[in-house]
Parts: sequence; C-alpha cells; structure tokens
Amino acid sequence: MSDNSSNNAYWSANMRLIVVSLVIWALVSFGFGILLRPMLSGISVGGTDLGFWFAQQGSILVFLAIIFFYAFRMNKLDREHGVDEE
Amino acid sequence: MDQFTINLLFVGGSFALYIGIAIWARAGSTSEFYAAGRGVHPVTNGMATAADWMSAASFISMAGLIAFTGYDNSSFLMGWTGGYVLLALLLAPYLRKFGKFTVSEFIGDRFYSQTARIVAVICLIVASTTYVIGQMTGVGVAFGRFLEVSNTAGLLIGACVVFAYAVFGGMKGVTYTQVAQYVVLITAYTIPAIFISLQLTGNPIPALGLFGDDVNSGVPLLAKLDQVVTELGFNSYTAHHADTFNMVLFTLSLMIGTAGLPHVIMRFFTVPKVSDARWSAGWALVFIAMLYLTAPAVGAMARLNITEMMWPNGGINGGAVTLEQIQDDKRYDWMDTWQKTGLLNWEDKNGDGKIQYYNDKNADMQTMAEEKGWKGNELTKFNRDILVLANPEIANLPSWVIGLVAAGGLAAALSTAAGLLLAISSAVSHDLIKGAINPAISERGELLSARIAMAVAIAVATYLGLNPPGFAAQTVALAFGLAAASIFPALMMGIFSTRINNTGAVAGMLAGLVVTLVYIFLHKGWFFIPGTNSFTDADPLLGTVKSTSFGAIGAMVNFAVAYVVAGMTKETPQAIKDLVHSVRIPRGAGAAQDH
Repeated sequence: MSDNSSNNAYWSANMRLIVVSLVIWALVSFGFGILLRPMLSGISVGGTDLGFWFAQQGSILVFLAIIFFYAFRMNKLDREHGVDEE
Repeated sequence: MDQFTINLLFVGGSFALYIGIAIWARAGSTSEFYAAGRGVHPVTNGMATAADWMSAASFISMAGLIAFTGYDNSSFLMGWTGGYVLLALLLAPYLRKFGKFTVSEFIGDRFYSQTARIVAVICLIVASTTYVIGQMTGVGVAFGRFLEVSNTAGLLIGACVVFAYAVFGGMKGVTYTQVAQYVVLITAYTIPAIFISLQLTGNPIPALGLFGDDVNSGVPLLAKLDQVVTELGFNSYTAHHADTFNMVLFTLSLMIGTAGLPHVIMRFFTVPKVSDARWSAGWALVFIAMLYLTAPAVGAMARLNITEMMWPNGGINGGAVTLEQIQDDKRYDWMDTWQKTGLLNWEDKNGDGKIQYYNDKNADMQTMAEEKGWKGNELTKFNRDILVLANPEIANLPSWVIGLVAAGGLAAALSTAAGLLLAISSAVSHDLIKGAINPAISERGELLSARIAMAVAIAVATYLGLNPPGFAAQTVALAFGLAAASIFPALMMGIFSTRINNTGAVAGMLAGLVVTLVYIFLHKGWFFIPGTNSFTDADPLLGTVKSTSFGAIGAMVNFAVAYVVAGMTKETPQAIKDLVHSVRIPRGAGAAQDH
C-alpha cells in the first residue's frame, strides 16, 4: 500500500487528466458542433461545413479517442503510483 | 414467398437463435451462472453493453427524427454517445472498485442511509418506466407493420411478447445472447444503409457516402438534399434553425442521462478489473458508434429518397406523384402497407389525382399553391418512427433485407424493454420490499412481488404508449432527463466529494427528480395523460427550454441543493470518508461481491 502523499499526487494527476479530457469533450460537441459552428463555416466538407460534420460524426470519433486515451494513461498512472491491481 | 412470411421467418429465426444461445450457455456453465460477466472480456462486455443500450429509440426512431429535422437533431447523436465519456471518466472505474451490484446499493452505502437507497430506487423506477413507454411506442410501430395490423393492435401484441420475454428473464443475464442480439441489430441496420448508399452515392460505406456526391447529379449529396427540401418550402437540412440554448441543454441532458441510467451503469460493476471498466466503456462506444455513424446517413438518404418519390418528375416543377402511381407502381407498395398501420396517410385535397407534398406553412409556398390550385400538403401523415423500418421498402430493396430490418428493430426494442422491466421488478421486490418494507419476506413472496411489479410496469407503459408523449426517441429522451437530474449527480458527488453527507444527497436527489418531473408533466400532461398539460414544448414555461432539455437544469438543482444542505448539516463520518478514498484507487478491488 502506498502512502497518503502518493495517493494525493495520484488523485490530482487523475483530476488534471479528467479536466483536460472534459475540455476536449465539450469543445468538439458543444463547441465545434454547436456554438462555434459559424466560425467553422468557411471549411467545407462534402456539401456542408466542418461544424455539421463534428455534430453528426466528428464528435463521436473524438469521444472514442478520449476514452481510449484516458484508459491507457490511467492504467499507466496506476502502475507509476503503485496503486494498480495485482 | 410473400413479404409477410419472410418477415415471420426472420423474426422467428432470430428469436430461436437467442433462446438457443441462452439454453446452451446456461446448460454449459451452471457454476459460472452467478459469476456472469466477471469472466467476460472487455470487448465482449462492450458488445453486450451496446446491445443493452441501443433500443427502439436508437434503432427505429432516431434516424427518422434526424431525417425530418436535419442538423438540429444532431443532439441525439452527440448526446447518446458523449455520455460514455462521462461514464468512463467519472463513474465506471470507481463503481467497479466499490464492488457491489446495483446503483441503489452504492448510494445507500456511500450516503450511509436507508432513505438515500429508497430515494435512489424511486428515481430509478420513474426513469425506467418512462423509458419503457418509449420502447412500447417503438414495439407498437414494428409489430403493427410486420403483422400488418393497426398500431394499437401491434402495441398490445408487442406488450404480451415483451412480458413473456421478460418473465423468461434468464435470457437477459446471459452475455452471449446479447452479443447475438448486437450482431443481428447492427447487421439489420447496416445492410440496407449500404445498399442505399451505393444507389445514391456509389460509396459502400454509408458514413462516408453522407459526405459524398450524388451519382445522378454529381453535386454533393447534402447540397442536393438542401436544394430539394428548400424547393418544397422546408427548412434546409444542414443549416442551424433551432434555438441554440435549448440545443445545448438538450445535448447535455442526454449525455448526463446516459451516465445516470442504472441498466448501463450496472454492466461496469461486474467486469474483472478496474482497468477493464475503463476499457469496457471504450469498447461499448466502439460498437455503439457503428450504428451512430451510420444513422445520420440513413436519415439524410431516406429524406432524399422520399422527397424524390413524391416528386418523381424532377422536383416541384415536374409534377407530383399521381394516385394511379401509388396504386399500381410496385415502387409505391410501401405506402399502401404503411397506410394500414395508420401511421402514414395521404389525401387528395384538391381532387387533381395527384399528391402534392410540400410545407404548407411557408408563405412563399402558400402563394405558389394558390397559383397552382393546391389545397395544402396532401401527404397528411408521416410518423417519424416508421422511417427506418420503411426505408428498405422505400429504396426498393430485396424482401430478405426488409425481413432482416424487422428482426433487428424487434431485437433492439425487446432486449432493452425486457432489461428495463427486470431492473424495475428487482428494484421493487429486492430494494424496496425486501430492503425496506418487509425484510422477512419469503423468497417466493419476493419472486411474486417481482412478477407483479413487472406486470404493473408493462400495463402502465402500454396504456401510456397508446397515446405516447412523443415519438419513441423523444419519450426516451424524457427518461434520460429524469436519470440526469436524479441519479448521475448523486453518484458523481459520492465519488468526487467527501463533503456531501446523507441529508445533502437525499435532498439533492429529491429536488432534482421533483423539479424535472413537474416540468415534464406541465408540458406533457400529468402522468403523461394527454390534455392535462398547461404548457407545450412549442411555447415552454421557461424561455426556450423544452421539457426534453430540462434534465440538465434538474441536475444543476440537484448539485446545488446537495451542497447547500450538506453545508448546513453534520459532517460525513470518517469511516465514509475512508470509503470514498478507497474507491478512488484501483488497488485491492478484488471480485465484485454479492450482498
């Protein structure tokens, strides 16, 4: 069992990772897909614009990338801080 | 062989497959039965989760809602997938570490309170019952069409099948049956989409075909679609028309609700390890994305096909489809068969022998109609929920494809409906009656109360499904709002804050549930009984916030009330704080324990 300070370092590293991931999560869906769509209207994709693509497909692909990246990073972080499952 | 027989063969065959697998898997591994899921690989678990999760709303209803609205309904796509990010990052690994089997048990233990557990059960029952209403709507549409009876008769037959299916029960618990259901469901969804994508764009991958070029005109498919629908006075497909604030709230409600629905969360309790819980959420989304990346293509292509079918001679200037064509031309057979369900209808209002389909609420179109002697839109009814099921017929695909879609739609609706009924019945009999009201109840009594709860839930859902508060996906969206406002905040605060105590959590859940429920009832009628509503979603109580979008606000209320109340009451005991700290690290997870 690791000591408390290491747990705190582990938990704050986790929190940082969660915050960064959720910022990207919100950026591609609420951002590019909805609120920032007018700004992306100059970039055309198959008869429409990039914002439409993010709203209907792009955001889903980014969600997948976020989850797999998070799982990979966290499983590594578990080992670095010695809190992984034996 | 006629279409009716082929449909029966496909539907019957797929059911035989599920039952066969259930019997084989159960007989082969009686000892593993109680450990179901624990030895399951994250990829397999992900596939089973995807089957559990994708219901009539995803399969039957969603593409139709996107088809007739376009970009504005992208919320369904982002909302129902984005929730998995919240699930993977904020809930799944910690709930797995906690190591119990149900959501209400976690809430009861973390908030050291029997009241909290019961409140969680009530939230679960309310959200799940609403969800079942949406499923019954979809089941009614599917059975109505494939048995060639009215929507109401289809719904009643469907209710009996769902009940039998849920009582048979064990089927649900076996992961491999769900894997089979996923395979049937995704094949049934993808194959017609591939055919149609090839017809329209020459691209065999529908998700890419959506952004490809229309083979007939050479212009991009979406540009062509925008052109043909605006010509008829409808909103352009790709542009943003909806209220932005409401769209953001709606998307957020669906996301939070996804992460708050007990039947999805439960799947992450039983994976072998904490690290697997993280991977599992990712794999579930991979399999869900296969349908969700195809759905917008299905919607757009179907809309183009339908519009061109109603104006077969080159758009609005070329002349509408004639009544003889609908009667005699084989390509229009689907209109006759769907008319029987009562979900599709047309009427030659001006008696010119043609059916003009256009937006009669558009001022320019009214002027044009005046000149041409039209008396309003003559395609008088086109229920959104029929689109996916009618799609292969509209595109004139072979009859086996139509049978396959029937089997897929029923797999989606029945598996989720049965799973929800099981969740409701175990919540009532196990958590509510045995856990609180009568702990001394016998095992037989518990089983009996579970059956009664299931029968009551399905009766309520069927009754309300006859006059549903919306299309399948919209009703399901209400269920997500309720889950978002009640369960998700309690789980998240339970993990990420040691400050929230028993009183805070109970007050938060009740506040979130009650405000959301009241807001929904004010707009959809009290207990969803039509006519008892004071507002409509076209002109909502609070600014532009529709009842389907209120879940996100309910969740904020839940968080706020919980913090304020917890701040005013006694601090969380040290033992509970230690529990929270231990939930946060994976080490020492061990196997999930029964209680």
